[in-house]
Order: sequence, then C-alpha cells, then structure tokens
Amino acid sequence: MLDLHNLRLAENGVPHLDSITASFAPGTLTTILGRTGAGKTSLLRAIAGLAIPDAGEIRLDGADWRRLPPWKRPIAMVTQQFINYPHLPVLDNVAFPLVRRGEKWPAARDAARAMLDKVGLAAMVDRRPSQLSGGQQQRVAIARALVKKAPVLLLDEPFVNLDYKLREGLREELVEMLRTETGTTVLYASTEPREALQLGDRIMLMAEGRLLDAGDPRAIFERPATLEAAQVVNAPPINIVPLEIDTVARMGPFGTQELGALGRDLAPGRYRLGLRAGDIAPGGPHRARVILTEVSGSETVTHLDLAGLPLVMHEKSVVAHAPGSEIGISARLDRGFVFAANGALISQGASHG
Amino acid sequence: MTDLTQSAALSRSEPEAVPALRPGLIAKYVFILLWSAFVVFPFLWALTTSFKDANGVTNGATWLPWIQYRPSTQGWSSLFGGAGGTDITRPYLNSIAVTLGASVISITLGTLAAYGLSRFTFRFGWMRNADITFFFISQRIMPPIVLAIPFFLMLQALGLLDTLAGLILVYVALLMPIAVWVMVDFFNSIPRGLDEMAWMDGCDPVTTFVRVILPNALPGLVVAGMFCVIFGWNDFFFAFTLTFTKTQLLPVAIVALNSSVTPWWALSASALISIAPLVLLAFLVERFLSKGGLAGAVR
Repeated sequence: MLDLHNLRLAENGVPHLDSITASFAPGTLTTILGRTGAGKTSLLRAIAGLAIPDAGEIRLDGADWRRLPPWKRPIAMVTQQFINYPHLPVLDNVAFPLVRRGEKWPAARDAARAMLDKVGLAAMVDRRPSQLSGGQQQRVAIARALVKKAPVLLLDEPFVNLDYKLREGLREELVEMLRTETGTTVLYASTEPREALQLGDRIMLMAEGRLLDAGDPRAIFERPATLEAAQVVNAPPINIVPLEIDTVARMGPFGTQELGALGRDLAPGRYRLGLRAGDIAPGGPHRARVILTEVSGSETVTHLDLAGLPLVMHEKSVVAHAPGSEIGISARLDRGFVFAANGALISQGASHG
Repeated sequence: MTDLTQSAALSRSEPEAVPALRPGLIAKYVFILLWSAFVVFPFLWALTTSFKDANGVTNGATWLPWIQYRPSTQGWSSLFGGAGGTDITRPYLNSIAVTLGASVISITLGTLAAYGLSRFTFRFGWMRNADITFFFISQRIMPPIVLAIPFFLMLQALGLLDTLAGLILVYVALLMPIAVWVMVDFFNSIPRGLDEMAWMDGCDPVTTFVRVILPNALPGLVVAGMFCVIFGWNDFFFAFTLTFTKTQLLPVAIVALNSSVTPWWALSASALISIAPLVLLAFLVERFLSKGGLAGAVR
C-alpha cells in the first residue's frame, strides 16, 4: 500500500502540493486527473523522489521514503517526454534497469526481448532510439518501465505528445499489459476526463495542488462533490449558469424556469447551476451567437454567447455552425447540478451518465 | 490505377536530373577551390622546402624534385642530430608527455567540475553558477605575461622550475578552464530528464555520470580534448619562460634551430613534424564530432 500523508510542496511560495493525503492499494490503477498546473506531475515527482516535499510522509507498505533517494525507490516512471538512453540500442535500453539491479546480462537480455515483443518492437532491438518514431520511442520507455516489475508505476501523461490515433491505440495496449501486472500500484496522470473514465479503477481529482475528490470514476463523474470537481471531470467544460431562487427560479439569460425536482428543496438564495455541454442542444427558443466551432472526430463542440453568458454545446455529429451566426438553442436545465455559493453540490437532476 | 502505377514506376526509373550550373553554384565552387589552395599551399611549400638544401631554397619557387631542384634530406636529418642541426627527439617526447599529461588531467577535472556546475546550484558570495563558469574562463582572458611571473615564483618555490611536472601543473591551470567552459555548455545541452531517468533505473549520481551522461557527452569530450591538446602543444610562451636547459619542449627547440643563417629546410621539416600529431588526431576524432549524438534522448 502506497500512503501519502499531508504532503506539501511549494516553489517560490507557489504551492504545488497542498496537504495531499491519499492511499493507493496494490494492483489498482488510479488516474490523477487535473488541468495543467494542478500538481499532478509534482505529486508523481515527489513519490519518485525527484522533488523533495516540504512536509508530509510517503510510505510504501509502512516503509518511510522521506530519506530514500530516487535510485533506491522501487519505482518505474514514464514521462511526457520520450526519455531513452541515446547511446544504447533499444534492447540495451530496456535491459538497462535490470543490469543496474545486478541481473546477469543473458537474463536481462531475455527479459528485455520478451518485453519488447509485448510492446511490438521485437524487430527494432538493434536500433538506436533516434532511429524510431515518436510512438516507438515511447514504447521503448514503457517497456523499460514495465520490465522492472516495480511495485509502483508512475505514468505522467505518457501519451500526451502523440497524435490522437496513436494515443488511443497505445493506451489500450498499456491497459492490456497492466492487467497482467498484478500487484502493481499504477498512478496515471492525465488532463483528459475521458481517458480517466476509460482507464482507472479509481480517480483522483486535483486542482492548484489540492486533492478535490477521489473515488470511483463514474460515481465522481455522475456526482461531483464540488463545482471545481465538476469542472475538472467534464470535457468539454461544464457550463455555469447563475441561478437565483425566490418565489421562482431565475437563470440569467435563460429567464424564469421551472426546475421541477431539481429545485424542490432549495431555499431562496443565489446558486450556480452546472450544465453539461451535452445538455445544451441546437433548436430552441434561446438565441445564442456562435463564437467558435471545433470538430473532433465525429463530434462538434460549439462555443456560444447567450446574452453575455459563455456556453459550450456538445453535439455527437459533425455540424458546421458559422462563427458570428445566431442559432436557437435549448437547455435541459432539469439535468443540471446545483452548487451552493461555496461550490458544494446540493442538488442534481436525474438520469446522468 | 494500372496506368498510374506504371507511370509512377517509369518516373522512378528515370535518372535524377543533374542540377543546372547556376552562377551562384559556380561562384561557390570557385571560392571553395581558392580557399582549399590557400589552405593547402603552405603545406606544399613546407614539404618541398624541407627536401631542399641552401641552393634549392635560394633558387626561387620550384616544385618538381629531380627536375627543378635536387632533393636533399639535410633538413630532416638535421632534426635528429645531423649536421647543422639539433636532435629534437627529446623535446618532441617532452612535448607529448606535457601535452597529454596536462590534457588528461584537465579533461578529467574539468569534466567533473563542469558536470557539477551544470547540474547543481552553487553559491559563493555573490557568485552563482554562471559567474563561477565565467571565473574559470576569465583565467584565459588575461594576457599570459600577467601569469608568467607568479607561475615562475610558484614553480621556483616548489622546486619544479625546468621540470616536466612543473610544466604539466602550469598547463593544467591553463587548459582546465577550456575544458570546463566547453563541457558546461555540453552538459547543459543534455536534458536533466536523462539523469532522472537513470536514477529511476537504479543509478546513483556517480553511476549516472559514468554510465549515462559521459557516453552521451563524448563529442563534447573530444572537442574539449582537441582544444586542450592544441593549446598545450602549441604553447611557446610558458614553455620558454619556465624552462632553462634541462627540460625543453618542441616549440622552443624549433625556435632554437634558427641561427645567423635561417635553415629554411630544417624549419620546414620541423614545422611539418610538429603539426603531424595534431593532423593525425584530427583525422582520428573526426567521426566523434558529427552532430546528432543526443538525438533520441528526449523528444
């Protein structure tokens, strides 16, 4: 069990890790989800010993790691950059950690060959990293991390610098390989909520060095504890609509609305309504101006301006809304999340998922 | 589809078009030719002169042995104790010992210092890493004459005047800044991520340096080594001021060849023999100087 207790790390007064306490069970894959600058890399570097925390504890199976240098920690790591040893052929690159650990060359070579076979590089063993494509270089780095069979595997956005298709393919391969690595605690840092939902047994949300929430990915997606957590776990980003309740519910440019079950128990006051991009659809009474249309694969994300309120609409088809044009939209307000002024979730609509 | 494939195959089989001789290209080749002649000509001159005697030298520019002038080995034999010359074997070996000794020590110490300056943060008073690096190289900025008297007095105090050890010590002080300067820059170009990955793979800092960083710094080591050898081998000033008669280095011995009648034949032969090791070294290390050694480290 990998335990972090009250981990703090700051650089030039800027907190990178702010009182992080978490436990990671052996054999689980935890996705650390957060935007750039959330502290994901700092957390992994602290666990690896590459960054020295200002306070707090890191323990593996009870053993204190505070004074353990990185080279003595039983850890494997893959970073965003495809780091390999340029002076060594692919086979020697992968066998390197085994040889350093004291294994005899024939055994290390055989293990490295087997791992390279797993990552589909059996034919490239004699090449230098510079002779490989980006995807192949990252496969070498992954093979070198996996061949060690370390109890803790840290993956810091390993596929972020690859193109979309390669990223999807490699991620699936990695998940497949990790299934056979029973007992390994895997921490996978990501900025993509979709990746986190696909990958992890567990998800950990981070923002500005703080741990926002942790638990089952789908449960957090369906019921984010705070507005901040909802913002991290949703992509495209969740829309935030001002909500004021007295005798009726007023929702900024959406006007007076009937909230039904969602607003039944809400006391009069000011709230914020979180509305997923998929709950806004074209065709409806509200006229919004198109700011930008992004087509990704077979999906379209449209950024809109509804009387000064920025909105994002997600359609599962390719649609070309001309920037500057006005379109009618409708919103499934009854499916929203109601957050209190302090950001805590207090009510949510039915049938999310 | 078939037609397209065939036409593609046909176009592949055609020879590549020869680029037209544009005026710019012609000018480039003319310049290269002139520059090559400018570089090679002195060597050719020295080579022919080294096989001439006094008559051959004073008879003007002649190039073809046996036809234009009578070849003589007088110049070469005078370098090895022959008539009208002196034996440069001892100074030659002295120069090799001092240059190699000082270069090896300078590269070893300089590389370690440079790695430290590249990877760790130092504070010495107001000085930071960049200032310390500049402090090293600033030793080479001041004119050598400034250092001559202090070096002389120090070697005298240590009883190392006119000794190989004394010269090696002085040359280390002169060459190490060059090694530090070249290697700091080179180590800075090696991503720190490589060190960290080596740590993750179980290497302590010393093993990381020896097994991972140093092999990738080979081109830098070669460049630094070349600089050290060239500066060490060619130095005349300190070889002259810090020695008397017992320990003589090659540059001093060559100057000593000169007398009331300049022996151009012997000077030419000595010039050729003194640059030979550097030329040989340049050919040997040329392949290490190719770019791209670090390609594939971090993408």
